[in-house]
Amino acid sequence: MTDLLILAAIFIAWLAVAAIAGMATKRMGVSRGSTDEEIWFAAGFLPVILGGIAFVLFRFALPSALALTAALLVTGAIAWGVGGKGFLRRMISHPMVKVSLVVIVVLWLIPTVGLLVSSFRTKAVVEAEGWWTIFNQSPFTEGWKDQWTFDHYTTVLGARNFGNAFLNSLAVAIPSTVIPITVAAFAAYAFSWMEFKGRYLLFVAVVGLLVVPLQMALIPLLRLYTSGEFFGMSTPFPHPINGTYMAVWLAHTGFGLPLAVYLLRNYIGSLPSSLIESAQIDGATHFQIFVRLIVPLSVPALASFAIFQFLWVWNDLLVALVFLGGTPDVSVVTQALAELSGQYGQFEHLLPAAAFISMALPVAVFFSLQRYFVRGLTAGAVKG
Amino acid sequence: MTERDKLIEVVEEDPPLPEDDRSPLMRLGLTVLRFLSAVAVPIVAFIILWLSFEWLRQADVNRGVIVLVALGVGVGGIFALYWAMDYAVNRMPEEWRESVRPWVFVGPALVILSIFLLYPALNTIWLSFLDGNSDKFVGLENYGFVFTDDGMLRAIRNTIIWILVVPSASVGLGLGIAVLADKLRRGEAFAKSLIFLPMAVSFVGASVVFGLIYKYKVFGAQTGLLNGIVQGFGDEPIAWLSQEPWNNLLLMVIMIWMQTGFAMVILSAAIKSVPDDILEAARIDGATEIQVFWRVVLPSILSTVVVVMTTMIITVLKVFDIVFVMTNGESGTEVIAEQMIRWFFRNDHNGRGAAIAVVLFLAIVPVMWVNVKRFRAEEAIR
Repeated sequence: MTDLLILAAIFIAWLAVAAIAGMATKRMGVSRGSTDEEIWFAAGFLPVILGGIAFVLFRFALPSALALTAALLVTGAIAWGVGGKGFLRRMISHPMVKVSLVVIVVLWLIPTVGLLVSSFRTKAVVEAEGWWTIFNQSPFTEGWKDQWTFDHYTTVLGARNFGNAFLNSLAVAIPSTVIPITVAAFAAYAFSWMEFKGRYLLFVAVVGLLVVPLQMALIPLLRLYTSGEFFGMSTPFPHPINGTYMAVWLAHTGFGLPLAVYLLRNYIGSLPSSLIESAQIDGATHFQIFVRLIVPLSVPALASFAIFQFLWVWNDLLVALVFLGGTPDVSVVTQALAELSGQYGQFEHLLPAAAFISMALPVAVFFSLQRYFVRGLTAGAVKG
Repeated sequence: MTERDKLIEVVEEDPPLPEDDRSPLMRLGLTVLRFLSAVAVPIVAFIILWLSFEWLRQADVNRGVIVLVALGVGVGGIFALYWAMDYAVNRMPEEWRESVRPWVFVGPALVILSIFLLYPALNTIWLSFLDGNSDKFVGLENYGFVFTDDGMLRAIRNTIIWILVVPSASVGLGLGIAVLADKLRRGEAFAKSLIFLPMAVSFVGASVVFGLIYKYKVFGAQTGLLNGIVQGFGDEPIAWLSQEPWNNLLLMVIMIWMQTGFAMVILSAAIKSVPDDILEAARIDGATEIQVFWRVVLPSILSTVVVVMTTMIITVLKVFDIVFVMTNGESGTEVIAEQMIRWFFRNDHNGRGAAIAVVLFLAIVPVMWVNVKRFRAEEAIR
């Protein structure tokens, strides 16, 4: 009985996907395909039906998870058999391909939706039932409203020092993003367009340092910061800089640099050489070329690295805790949130809300940097 | 003769750089100068920043003001630094300028990297030859442990599978999404943001998120999505994270979920930089969209694909938080980086932890070799 229901559900899901696909292709302004569309739609029915039947048969012998996997394999095999290469090609070239984007996005979103739902439900409900149960509840039943709460958010935002922690996080994250990008962009330019001895060797060494785990660096660096100890010897380090913003900036710069140099070298190095050469012929110095030409042209690469560096620094707890000291006046957002969840995890129910609050700013940064990902910055440059 | 041709002529008439005429003394001076220019930049920066922080530390002012000043010093300082160094280089004797300048550009990066990564790395290599408390020299004993211990062997096996699965899945999906999103007329930013979202979730957040999916409860209603589905089919719930060897795959899913956004953003930027005129030319010649992708777009972003792949492999080599939080390395889910942290920090055996770290360093040598070959080939044709 259940199996029949599942089979019915698969059909309905198939029809729904097809319907959404039709609407989506129209909405997205994609020109409708020729008769191909209908062929593909019809051809798609066969694998789905046979796959559904296979699933029901498999269910007699196998647990459901395995049966589902096997049925999906059967569906794929039949799809291949029905149309062979042509079928797949038609699928790929079809506007329906946009639908796969929708499917991936939905898949990607499922975990986050679970988190979102959990962040608004009371502790008791979260522990008692799965978050997806909201989808088969009617909002008109009695007691439906009782499971929802804003308390988690108000508790997190009202935490001691949260505003202060937010300011501290900004003071850590913005320079920790700008400094490595600047340093890396200059280095990447030199590695791609300047001639000097040991260029390759140095570049490989820089990128090779990507693999050094941050955790292995913390202890030697902490010793260097606090007592000036270097390879077990004491050095006349001017003053313990541990506990200052600069200590954290430099650490984040160091840890972020290899990737920054690597990504930016890849981008800057692939700019057309005719551009740089013509600028040199016009008498521009390397510094002028870098500032006037390379930086504006590399904006997409700079912006994408900026997003990630900002994100890592913003979500970092370890480096801030070790090098900033962890006292309340200098605590960052991640630290404030970690303290909030309690030493024994007794406040774990606050984590979903906390996760959403700390996500807000990086996502906003991502959105605001989106407009720099534009096409055609180097268009026509080669001709000049 | 146009203005520009005149300029070219002037440039061509200039005598070549007096590379060979330099006296030994001058060459020595040049080397010293190069070295100084590379080192001086960070030192000057350091002193300026240090002084301003000394002031900040003593200043009894509002936190907001301190933060603003810190932002100004940090962001403004780094720009001022390079400008000042370039100014100084321009005041040097003419024949020195161009050989000193590259070191002004790369110097700061090299100095910072030497202190923050090279020094700890050398330190780690040294520790790997010492015993657990870093007191006694034990030779290669720790390396013997790395390649004989059962947990380590499982970790090496698992890490190899991680390297095979996660980077290819993330890059494949990221590339697919970037290409598809690029074709949308509207909603590109929106679709990309949703894929990017998991990157913004911290590791603690990710563990909570996937707890909501993989969780298994012995008593009471299941709160994990997978078990909810399984129960919906009428089967017994499964303790997903202790199902060897499939639990490794479940952990990899978390990593793919988090890292695809990275691949997508970088590859998307690369796709956007493929010149429009080339694409148009291909389309006018009658290429289908698939042909345009395989024959034009993919070859021109291939170096970026290699870069993203390399980055992913290294990220995967260093993954440990997912394993720690989800399974604590139990049920055969060990990975190399997790073992490293375990031995270094939890079991307090510095030697073994450091030896595992050195194995990690060595693992990327082949990857770097591929990269170097690529870069050389690329520079030859650009």
